[in-house]
Amino acid sequence: MSDDWRSTASIETLRERARLLARVRAFFAERDVLEVETPVLGHGGSTDPHLASLSLEATTPGGRERLWLQTSPEFHMKRLLAAGSGPIFQLARSFRDGEVGCRHNLEFTMLEWYRPGFSLSALIDETQALIRHVLGRDPGPCRQRRYRELFRTQVGLDPFTASLTTLCQVAERETGMDLHDAERDACLDALMAFAIEPHLGQEGLEVVVDYPASQAALARKHRDPEDGAVVAARFEVYWQGVELANGYDELTDAEEQAARFVEDNRERQRLGHCEVDADVRLLAALEAGMPSGSGVALGMDRLIQLALGKASVAEVMAFATPRC
Amino acid sequence: MATYSTNEFKGGLKVMLDGDPCSILENEFVKPGKGQAFSRVKLRNLITGRVWDRTFKSGESLEGADVLELDMEYLYSDGDMWHFMRTDGSFEQYAVDKKAIGDVEKWLKEQVVYTVTLWNDNAIAVSPPNFIELEVVETDPGLKGDTAQGGSKPATLSSGAVVRVPLFINEGEVLKVDTRNGEYVSRA
Repeated sequence: MSDDWRSTASIETLRERARLLARVRAFFAERDVLEVETPVLGHGGSTDPHLASLSLEATTPGGRERLWLQTSPEFHMKRLLAAGSGPIFQLARSFRDGEVGCRHNLEFTMLEWYRPGFSLSALIDETQALIRHVLGRDPGPCRQRRYRELFRTQVGLDPFTASLTTLCQVAERETGMDLHDAERDACLDALMAFAIEPHLGQEGLEVVVDYPASQAALARKHRDPEDGAVVAARFEVYWQGVELANGYDELTDAEEQAARFVEDNRERQRLGHCEVDADVRLLAALEAGMPSGSGVALGMDRLIQLALGKASVAEVMAFATPRC
Repeated sequence: MATYSTNEFKGGLKVMLDGDPCSILENEFVKPGKGQAFSRVKLRNLITGRVWDRTFKSGESLEGADVLELDMEYLYSDGDMWHFMRTDGSFEQYAVDKKAIGDVEKWLKEQVVYTVTLWNDNAIAVSPPNFIELEVVETDPGLKGDTAQGGSKPATLSSGAVVRVPLFINEGEVLKVDTRNGEYVSRA
């Protein structure tokens, strides 16, 4: 008799998980942030070239339609912001095809929240506070690192100005991969994943800011006052070598958003990935006017995994992908 | 031969890497915060038996390796080569060289079925069954009265392997041995 009907998390762990989720809700209730629930299916999907969206065909009043499973609840939540919701949070089931490993699961729980009027640094402070509140213990001091400075000190190159040849050589040396025909971002991602990330957040929370403009995703870009480089107004929070959260100073310009969707799909095509329907209702919402502010997505399963000292996210999920 | 992309990598898949056939042991999905994904893969080189760690960009692919694992009965050795025969009724014979036989030489017994790994129709490795029954050809005399408990002594088996056996075992007895750790299990 096979044993694989059993849950991948113990019942005791599921009790702990419920307790930590209750803490998240208490944290936001205290701060008057509204909990919302939005659909996991949408007419538009994520066009991000590095995310594989799942989709399905459904019968709706509009007939047979292709609907996309969200990779995060971002688009629906931004539409609520444009409709005047004020600050909102959601514990949302999200889906990313092919992502299964000790820190990934095909479907997972994203804690996402939006703070109209918040600067990126105000949201970094709140993200730290949330993590401390959920852990119920001190993860150590919080340190902010600029992406550029991080690469300079960890791998000895300037990620913004190094030549592609240098970048490829250093990335090959550090990762042992064959990167002779790789592009800038592929080399930077390889260095980030294998040479930098594992060392981040070992003595406390570490927040990486000022990403390359090419990795802006849905964040605003701005010129760095110190060195004049255009950087993405984004941050990521690391603890114990694990990326926990990813925040943006949110793009509110409908025209630029539309251009990024087109650019993304062009990149997808070039990489041989399927084209994803852009969310035209998000564009309409931005057109109508979304308040400026910051938003962040936090991998809830990872935070629970680290809080409980487990080796993989599967151990804190009732039925991780291989057993679903 | 087909090629396999990183998202098709799974335990047991046979692929070519640096000119050698390898078997994939593990494939770990790695992805930095936002950005492209990578696969950190553990592979066993089927020629040398060594385990390699390699990292690939997600979507990279490797050529499949024409590797077959077949049941074959051991027939005899001519001094240079060891001869095996397929058990599927084809009676097809394969000669295995010293390199491919490796440590398994000491577990060879005629008419026993082994797993022979073929690459492009050449034998590159042989693995014995987990348990095998072999006769003791040399050991110190058994101690009368001693049954189960107590010390052990070396015994040379008909295949050439030397294993630790209980003191009560005598020459001429047939033993069941675990080939994975080379330990005595019981009298056969």
